[in-house]
Amino acid sequence: MSINCQELSYAYDQKPIIEKISFELKDGQFTSITGPNGIGKSTLIKCLANIYKPDNGTVYLNGQEIASMNAQELAKTLGYVPQKEETNFSLTVYEMVLLGRRPYIKWKVKISDEKIVEKILERLKILHLAEREVSTLSGGEKQKVAIARALAQEPSIILLDEPTSSLDINHQIEVMEVLRDLVDFDQVAVVAVLHDLNLASSFSDIVYLLGEEGIHAAGRPEKVFTPQILKKVYGINVEIIKGTNSSYIVPLRSKVSRISPSQISV
Amino acid sequence: MINIKSKKSLYSKVIAKKVYLLILMISFLILIVGYSITLGAANISLIDSYGIIIQEITSLNIVDYSPVLKGIILEIRLPRVLLAVIAGISLGSSGSVMQSVLRNPLASPYTLGISSGSAFGAGIAIVLGDFIFGRELMAIYGSYVIIIGAFFMGLVTIFLVNLIASIKEGGATTLILAGVALSYLFSAGISFLKYTSAQEKLAELSIWLMGGLYRAEWINVIILTPIMLFCLLYLIKLSWDINTLNAGEDVAMNLGIDVRSLRRKGCVVTALLTSCVISFTGIIGFIGLVAPHICRMIIGNDNRFLIIASGLLGAIILLLADTAARLIINPTELPVGIITAICGAPFFLYMLIKRKKNYF
Repeated sequence: MSINCQELSYAYDQKPIIEKISFELKDGQFTSITGPNGIGKSTLIKCLANIYKPDNGTVYLNGQEIASMNAQELAKTLGYVPQKEETNFSLTVYEMVLLGRRPYIKWKVKISDEKIVEKILERLKILHLAEREVSTLSGGEKQKVAIARALAQEPSIILLDEPTSSLDINHQIEVMEVLRDLVDFDQVAVVAVLHDLNLASSFSDIVYLLGEEGIHAAGRPEKVFTPQILKKVYGINVEIIKGTNSSYIVPLRSKVSRISPSQISV
Repeated sequence: MINIKSKKSLYSKVIAKKVYLLILMISFLILIVGYSITLGAANISLIDSYGIIIQEITSLNIVDYSPVLKGIILEIRLPRVLLAVIAGISLGSSGSVMQSVLRNPLASPYTLGISSGSAFGAGIAIVLGDFIFGRELMAIYGSYVIIIGAFFMGLVTIFLVNLIASIKEGGATTLILAGVALSYLFSAGISFLKYTSAQEKLAELSIWLMGGLYRAEWINVIILTPIMLFCLLYLIKLSWDINTLNAGEDVAMNLGIDVRSLRRKGCVVTALLTSCVISFTGIIGFIGLVAPHICRMIIGNDNRFLIIASGLLGAIILLLADTAARLIINPTELPVGIITAICGAPFFLYMLIKRKKNYF
């Protein structure tokens, strides 16, 4: 299973968000997409998930063009987890995860569908929440429900848009470990947009760092997260410290002279 | 592991509860349909009421009922009660589908301006029908011309409301405000029609605009029943797709749903259903807003059940309101729109005050 994009471009209101991005994602890997705010990470992942139609360029799934594939078949291969669950009319956790079976269900819910949903709920340790309404859950629980729904699609690739952005550190680790397990035990390819460079560094196999001019660097985290590269993309100085699991990226306070309010004369 | 008696699955437990609720609502509806036929200005006992109906169905002639009594039951009350049920089902389930496909809790035929749009369309048909199609044709096909006029303007309204909302990208609030603005516009159009039309047409238009079910005839029931059944089945068929919208548009698209086409289908079919009803009953507000929300609270947001439940509750509310309208100031009656507004408007305000964060 592989995703291959070539020269992908997408513009919103005639303002180009991503331009001519090409890369390849491989099976059984945890891939992170990082980069500064507004650089087009979410847009890129939505193009991959068949939510946005790119203006230029093509996304290939196993050599086949995504745009030409049957939408239901695609839904059985690509799962998508949005940054935030947006529900006006709240479903229960069970109903929400069952939606992931939509590509398989004609009208009647089969026993096999029920089994799959229950198994996923149990695996993510949210079975006890099955009859609760999603809107009443905490941020971490909501994120797990969204991941569970994507898993119910039985996809070979899961695309996630900042899965840890609104979580505290214990839930961040919990969610990241769930994702890592999918890669290690289920041979699912995980592609996640991540803001937190340290999470990206310790969990991913491959990191893509997006900069102004497209993909600035790609490869193993220790190759990408170097003081030189990060200085260029984020414009800050960092220190890389060797840690237990991986290297840690610590931003340094800027040495450029700061301005105190008294220095400003209007 | 040996599982001698497999325990009931989580899913079947949840479904069973919803099915019981639906059965309960159906039974209650049948009960009040049966009872409201026996109520009215003329004092006809329960036994006589059913005696007349049963004799009519079985064509037996055991008891001799007076033609007046028979007329009241068979030609006045029965079609009226059935029209209330059909109109209630149509408005209730349309409201729930509009809310779901537009992802907007305030959406309903009334708040989106479809009701006044259809009323304007029907008004034009009434006033200009003779002029365009000739008197003889309108005498025979008048109801159909009115339906087409109402449907066309209902469709135009929902198209305009959507267009304005998509230009502005304001989401929920813009949609409703656009509906309100269009409602005013169409009200002005209706006033213009009234002001300029001739005396006899004015009378016809005024009676029609007052709304209510007192003009119910068998022909209305016969025309509306197949339209309602077709639209309802079609909407229920869409319910899995509509469900995916509960997870957000992006997720729905990822699940293989063509969101824009789903929205278009939902809007066109609900506009058809409500404008057909409106062309016979005039504007009846708030049923399409109140019934779905009560159902969302008691049966949840799974559209496979919600659409049916909203229809049933819409029928229950409208029938109760209409029966009250018939009885409150006996021997005359109130237009049912007044009663649904008196009950519905406070509910609407309650929702505005109680709204959850990010709800709309």
